[in-house]
Amino acid sequence: MAAPAAMIPYFGQQMSSKNDLVPDWTRQEVSTGTTIMAVEYDGGVVIGADSRTTTGAYIANRVTDKLTPIHDRIFCCRSGSAADTQAIADVVTYHLNVHSGVIELDEPPLVETAANLFRASCYRYREELTAGILVAGWGGVSFKKILNPVAVGGSGSTYIYGFMDSNYKPGLNKDQCLELTAAALSLAMERDGSSGGVVRLATISEEGVERRVILGNQLPKFSSH
Amino acid sequence: MATLAVTRPPFGGFSFENCKRNAVIEGEVNKVGCSLPAARKTGTTICGVIFKDGVVLGADTRATEGMVVADKNCSKIHYISPNIYCCGAGTAADTEMTTQIISSNLELHSLSTGRLPRVATANRMLKQMLFRYQGYIGAALVLGGVDCNGPHLYSIYPHGSTDKLPYVTMGSGSLAAMAVFEDRYKPDMEEEDAKRLVRDAIAAGIFNDLGSGSNIDLCVITKSKVDYIRPHDEVNKKGIRMNETLQLESLC
Repeated sequence: MAAPAAMIPYFGQQMSSKNDLVPDWTRQEVSTGTTIMAVEYDGGVVIGADSRTTTGAYIANRVTDKLTPIHDRIFCCRSGSAADTQAIADVVTYHLNVHSGVIELDEPPLVETAANLFRASCYRYREELTAGILVAGWGGVSFKKILNPVAVGGSGSTYIYGFMDSNYKPGLNKDQCLELTAAALSLAMERDGSSGGVVRLATISEEGVERRVILGNQLPKFSSH
Repeated sequence: MATLAVTRPPFGGFSFENCKRNAVIEGEVNKVGCSLPAARKTGTTICGVIFKDGVVLGADTRATEGMVVADKNCSKIHYISPNIYCCGAGTAADTEMTTQIISSNLELHSLSTGRLPRVATANRMLKQMLFRYQGYIGAALVLGGVDCNGPHLYSIYPHGSTDKLPYVTMGSGSLAAMAVFEDRYKPDMEEEDAKRLVRDAIAAGIFNDLGSGSNIDLCVITKSKVDYIRPHDEVNKKGIRMNETLQLESLC
């Protein structure tokens, strides 16, 4: 997330530069360095994320849950500034509840609706926000097919584009998707300093949401050194 | 990210124009050789831990103004509601006022609902206020309390992000305190063990961080009672003057 940060001047840090007792990282913004991904299969979608939140070089939370529920069967994966993404997710959750509560729809809201709400907030305040969000879920009958069955995001995603290109095939079933996601996240966490901790997975389908955690010592291992 | 920024008239929300002006003023003042008055900061070690029956919050008591200790015994554990307390690190005025504003709003909310306030409500109010001010309110908080759903502990950062965890530390001494927690935290501790753990974590911050010092304050919150223990431990007592020299108490 180095490029956007350089564009936005940080006045807060200039003003308190005199105080040496308070270390630098206490004044830095909390960011979810992150690797997030979502893979669609026939009948649902598998989403996964790492669990590391950093303030500068210090890990503020090593067991973060970056898979945030927006609605019963719609989740978002958050990357970027922790404060910005938490605030946007709260706003979209509120709007979706109003949308399906007040407007009295018979069906659950579409994933596209949630994605459009995110897009509206992110675009309107694009100069002030640092947020990269994947929206995934199971949302009833849709009139438009999702463009990409696979999506990756976050700083660690750059390390696994090659892995995803070579290992993803259309027509995988749920367990294969889970294995692929866990493997890809482990590889990214191995190489990216801003990603780490545990792997959080969630499977969203018509039956509901199934959450799973893979602890550090249970992650798939790839290299011997 | 957009590389061309078109100036548009501000449409609602807080105006941060004066912050640019302040930065320019600071630059001018520094050129002349003076410096702006430093805000009093609580260098600080604050922490909280969830144990079997509730929450233990701990804090040191040193407030600094630049490199000088401004207050040797300041109180960093603030009242939010009868069942919720909040430790504050960062700019002392910001933590004081923020906790007072939310405490007042929460009391009105509690009168309106007719129920004891929930920790999640206080968390939501604090994070929305801090996010609105985009990090310019330098308040890093550890919020803990017991409500109808059990004990809860949150850490709240100045930009408005929050984490809900079983043990948290904040402030300049947070690394030292977190080291103690990571070594000795266990789920479902007894009250005495939890108090000892928090005391040791704050002591680690006091002795290893220059921004923290003086005494250790504790606040134990359970469903039935709140123990505000101030001070719990005086680890930095001033020595007694004997003859011409100052005999120092040994540091434990």
